[in-house]
Amino acid sequence: MLHIEIDGKPLEVEHGSTIIDAADKVGIAIPRFCYHKKLSVAANCRMCLVQVEKFNKPLPACATPVADGMKIFTRSKAAVEAQKSVMEFLLINHPLDCPICDQGGECDLQDIAVAYGASGSRYAEEKRVVLNKNIGPLISTDMTRCIQCTRCVRFLKEVGGMQELGLVGRGEHAEITAYVDKSVNSELSGNIIDLCPVGALTNKPFRYSARSWELTRRPSIAPHDGLGSHIEVHVKDNKVMRVLPREKESINECWLSDRDRYSYVGLNSPDRLKVPMIKHNGTWVETDWKTALEFAAGQIKDITNQHGADSLGVLASPNSTMEEGYLIKQLANGLGCGNVDYRLRQTDFRLDGKRVGIPWMGCNIQEIEELDRILIIGSNLRNEHPLLAQRFRKAVANGAELSVVSPLDNDPLMKVAHKVIVRPNDMVNVLGQILKAMSGLQRLSLCLPPSLNALLETITVRPNTQAMAESLAGLAGPDGLVDLVAPKVGLFIGNMALSDPRFTEMYSMMEAIGGICGAKGGILPAAANSTGMHFMGVMPNATGMHARAMLEVPRKAYLLLNVEPELDCQHAALAKAAMAQAECVVALTAYKSEALENADVLLPIAPFTETSGTFMSMEGRVQSFSAVTKPLAECRPAWKVLRVLANTLGLDGFDFDSSEAVKNAIFKGEKPSTVVWRNLNNNLKELVEIEVNIKSDGLQRIGEVPQYESDPIVRRSVPLQKTKYNIRPMARMRAEQMAQLDLVEGDIVLATQDKGSAVLQVKLDNHVAMGCIRIAASHEQTIGLGDLMGDITIEKTSKELYKPYETTMLKVVA
Amino acid sequence: MVTGAKTSVNTTAKKPVMTDLKGQTLLTLRSLNEENPASLETYIKLGGYAQLKRIVTEKVKATDIITQIKTSNLRGRGGAGFPTGLKWSFMPRYYDGTKYLVCNTDEGEPGTFKDRDIIRYNPHQLIEGMAIAAYTLGARVGYNYIHGEIWQDYDIFEAALHEAKAAGYLGENLFGSNFSFDLYAVHGYGAYICGEETALIESIEGKKGQPRFKPPFPASYGVFGKPTNVNNTESYTSIPWILQHGGQAFADLGVPNSGGTKLFSISGHVEKPGNYEVKMGMPFADLLALAGGIWKGRQLKAVIPGGPSTAVMTAEMVQNATMDYDGLSKAGSSLGAGSMIVMDDTTCMVKTLKRLSYFFYEESCGQCTPCREGTGWVYRVISRIVDGKGKMEDLDLLTDVSNNISGRTICALGDAAATPVLSFIKHFRPEFEYYITHGKSMVDGR
Ligand SMILES: Cc1cc2nc3c(=O)[nH]c(=O)nc-3n(C[C@H](O)[C@H](O)[C@H](O)COP(=O)(O)O)c2cc1C
Ligand code: SF4
Ligand code: SF4
Ligand code: FES
Repeated sequence: MLHIEIDGKPLEVEHGSTIIDAADKVGIAIPRFCYHKKLSVAANCRMCLVQVEKFNKPLPACATPVADGMKIFTRSKAAVEAQKSVMEFLLINHPLDCPICDQGGECDLQDIAVAYGASGSRYAEEKRVVLNKNIGPLISTDMTRCIQCTRCVRFLKEVGGMQELGLVGRGEHAEITAYVDKSVNSELSGNIIDLCPVGALTNKPFRYSARSWELTRRPSIAPHDGLGSHIEVHVKDNKVMRVLPREKESINECWLSDRDRYSYVGLNSPDRLKVPMIKHNGTWVETDWKTALEFAAGQIKDITNQHGADSLGVLASPNSTMEEGYLIKQLANGLGCGNVDYRLRQTDFRLDGKRVGIPWMGCNIQEIEELDRILIIGSNLRNEHPLLAQRFRKAVANGAELSVVSPLDNDPLMKVAHKVIVRPNDMVNVLGQILKAMSGLQRLSLCLPPSLNALLETITVRPNTQAMAESLAGLAGPDGLVDLVAPKVGLFIGNMALSDPRFTEMYSMMEAIGGICGAKGGILPAAANSTGMHFMGVMPNATGMHARAMLEVPRKAYLLLNVEPELDCQHAALAKAAMAQAECVVALTAYKSEALENADVLLPIAPFTETSGTFMSMEGRVQSFSAVTKPLAECRPAWKVLRVLANTLGLDGFDFDSSEAVKNAIFKGEKPSTVVWRNLNNNLKELVEIEVNIKSDGLQRIGEVPQYESDPIVRRSVPLQKTKYNIRPMARMRAEQMAQLDLVEGDIVLATQDKGSAVLQVKLDNHVAMGCIRIAASHEQTIGLGDLMGDITIEKTSKELYKPYETTMLKVVA
Repeated sequence: MVTGAKTSVNTTAKKPVMTDLKGQTLLTLRSLNEENPASLETYIKLGGYAQLKRIVTEKVKATDIITQIKTSNLRGRGGAGFPTGLKWSFMPRYYDGTKYLVCNTDEGEPGTFKDRDIIRYNPHQLIEGMAIAAYTLGARVGYNYIHGEIWQDYDIFEAALHEAKAAGYLGENLFGSNFSFDLYAVHGYGAYICGEETALIESIEGKKGQPRFKPPFPASYGVFGKPTNVNNTESYTSIPWILQHGGQAFADLGVPNSGGTKLFSISGHVEKPGNYEVKMGMPFADLLALAGGIWKGRQLKAVIPGGPSTAVMTAEMVQNATMDYDGLSKAGSSLGAGSMIVMDDTTCMVKTLKRLSYFFYEESCGQCTPCREGTGWVYRVISRIVDGKGKMEDLDLLTDVSNNISGRTICALGDAAATPVLSFIKHFRPEFEYYITHGKSMVDGR
């Protein structure tokens, strides 16, 4: 510990901290622009100059390490003079167009100028003008306002993983710009708006729609991926105007993914369902709640009375709250129906009943940073968990070795030490090879169950998997210096694997590998409340049907919670057909959409901003939130709708008067964290029968869900749909694959899967494993197709059959 | 950078046209009297590479070499005058990885053209000096970063690299020892800021030439983040001589605190502008005389003794000064890189300052606020004065703005930009006041 003094205040600080760290810890304010605790130190703005005893020049507090006995003065005459002069310099070329600047009222430059600057400027010369740049649909630029602090540059490089902005030119001509004709494409790009201390980078969709002081700020939880980011929703006149991160070091730090930041636009979509609707002779009519609920209850009752309770299928989205999930399960069970499931994008349910506890990510989010060795299986991390990917990036920057086994070779924007890019069935074999190599390395094969050992006999370890195994065992790689004695290892399995019919094999292998090397890890659940849904058992009971079976063996009636069947289910064509044949489909939904054309009753529910509720994140964190606005029009919180529906159905035990009451019922009055920690467990009770040499000669579909198509809200965010991630689904394949199929880029093909097909354009994509065709899912153009991951055939077809896709949503808005 | 053998390059510079070497002490340019000064043959004839061979084959201890350099009173010729021996002692002795050596031949400051003559006429002495430094500091790889606008000289240096390599003075296991040293030439693109050692390092790494915040200094975090020693061309070129004759002999050439000889680039209003290598401590008047005195029989008005980043001196201040670190600092300026700009009595100091401030305005890298914003401000105000729209308050404003740049920036370019403004206004204030009052120059009436 070092002893220093700041402004006469004696302090003890850690060795290696800077003056600004020391001052921040005790709340002594030092003005700054370029410094940010999460970014590297640039020391370029010079706003943080302070006086240090024995130095004749003022020193930048952000870049000056403290030394024992240092006496620092932040408000002495010399310090104030230096700060004032820097402030003056910063303002001479600044346009001072605060009245028309979106940053006005929340601008560091304004605030610091008032606190540390002079009242007037001595600058009387011409001011510099910098041309604005178009860096995409999410961020607008006013580059004349830029003070060249390079926070945006450093963020994209250090946190985003790719330097998409840079300071080009010299001196006064230095300006921030993107690559020629390129936009900023990072899926974390919006953070540079928060980082920009001036109004140079502002929120494009929000621009000119409100002043910061008109907004009411309310806390909430991000509703898309399983990270559970803390957000602050800004509301004006009962409308969500924008979303910002709420700092939570252990979850989202001070960042937010673009999906969490910009999806709110979907809340204000013209698609919103405002009143209950009933289909009468094929046409939709608006009605009141009472009629709608009575109609829905009547239908459900009639059908279940007539055909038995299991003629009903209940599908709930994992983006729904715990309260909603709990009630819908109670409702189904109350009717005697066990066909309930939240696992809409899963196809392999062989692990049901074999798990010891609730599957989760197996460690907490912060622990990722400390890992030494990481294996990621079947995940396009930046697409599935854009912000979580950044934690892995930090781990790798800290020296962790990352290995990847996947059918896709997308750049995670971090160094990958080892990778095997193969078709999904071969992934199982590859994992088996790693397991075999590891058990050899650690002489631990005896610990494996005999059945597994027998399976491994049939496998030959290749050099690349041997290298992965050695990496996971902590052995030094080619450029490593020393072997790690007890490496912290993390194994994670992602969305693509979760949707794969060979998930059980992959998971079992991962478990076994983890067992050998003492790894942490588990699944990276896809949605905001996947873990919560599992926790409450929003899944079939012993005799019930899982999500896939409910579609394969169609039900007479369906109750849907927050689901657009053909976009949210694993098998789009099956989902569509099942809904079409049903006698009655009751949909609790926030949107009216074509995907619900086969429904019979639409009940307008409140999205997460208009209701209270709880999500359980991938690390098992139970996070409740309140509504930030009143429900739109006739919309109602789903928990209330489910309560009334249950009552109307004559079921008992639904007398909840608040979402908290439902939450209490879920946790039976106990402290949620206690209950959760007791139940999270990735282990399997017993080994499931698996196969490691899965022969599959046919082509495999890789049906990724694009990140801006993942759920009904984000699908309707126009700015996100305008980003380059809104790529029209195409039949993507690598060059060798194209040659093998005798295709060229631009050809039109008919892609056929079990029970469905789509006409698509061929596109070159060398990130796709040989033997695979990558076709995005959750999209109007591919709702004719089947399984996300599974067999597919491709044949060339006539160009006339191809209908260029135009999104209807953008038309509505334009 | 050397990528393969070059075949069709004009490798040897001919003997310079201006060969009046009377009164000079040729040390870094010791080959200048020869017919083919830049050739390996010439250099060997003059005893070249003998020191390298000696220290490598005799395994002379690094500490002994550093002691000699310390004794020699060699101070960095790049401008700051930092004692070279001391700098070398900062390099970490034991390091698990590659250490680098960098030579700074970027000289981009107006009036500076000395290093160019070294690589043009005596490249092998620089190569030997760097190889000795590499041996002493344990550097495996070296770069010579050469100013972007001197292509011919770049080619000469590169040809010398090939010659030296072919002759076994560079490369692997020199003289059968286990000492290996590879040296490459790198060319800049003409940015003054790339002469600042950390910007230069960034540029070598292929990045935009922009100074790094120091500390860490290059000795601990240099090229590719590895320990790196950066010296000026003239500094390295002095090394073989020091080892041949001993540190004391070098020190004795000069005056206390300034050992050896110094190459002065003399430009401006003299009869014979050019490079002059003389003993440290030569009286200004003698040096001026070497350059033929003030041209056209005019009177001396002012001198910038070490390049625009050093303070301007009036004739009176400089008249009795000696040309060495202490001498010039006592007289109110500094030696800098020894780029002496001489101005006669027809020079308008206001317009001269405009030109100088334009240079710094254009060359600021733009990274840090005071320099980026301040250099433009200063240039605009001076331009306004030259346009006849000056106000008397502008002089205080200029002084104040310059003081606000100085000492508050990431690199010394900020101080360099402030120095001319402060010194011009201080020493020639009446000229500025006249210009403001009359809207035209006191000197040329325009
Ligand atoms: C703006 C700026 C420009 C510089 N240009 C040069 C240069 O052209 N050549 C040079 O040797 N040193 C230059 N320097 C000094 C270098 O940063 C460094 O101090 C020097 O190369 C060290 O070598 P020395 O110790 O041998 O002098 C410059 C410094 C600054 C701040
Ligand atoms: S755009 Fe904003 S964040 Fe980026 S350098 Fe300029 S002021 Fe800083
Ligand atoms: S002082 Fe000038 S040149 Fe040096 S880093 Fe700052 S802006 Fe760049
Ligand atoms: S905050 Fe320290 S220099 Fe910018």
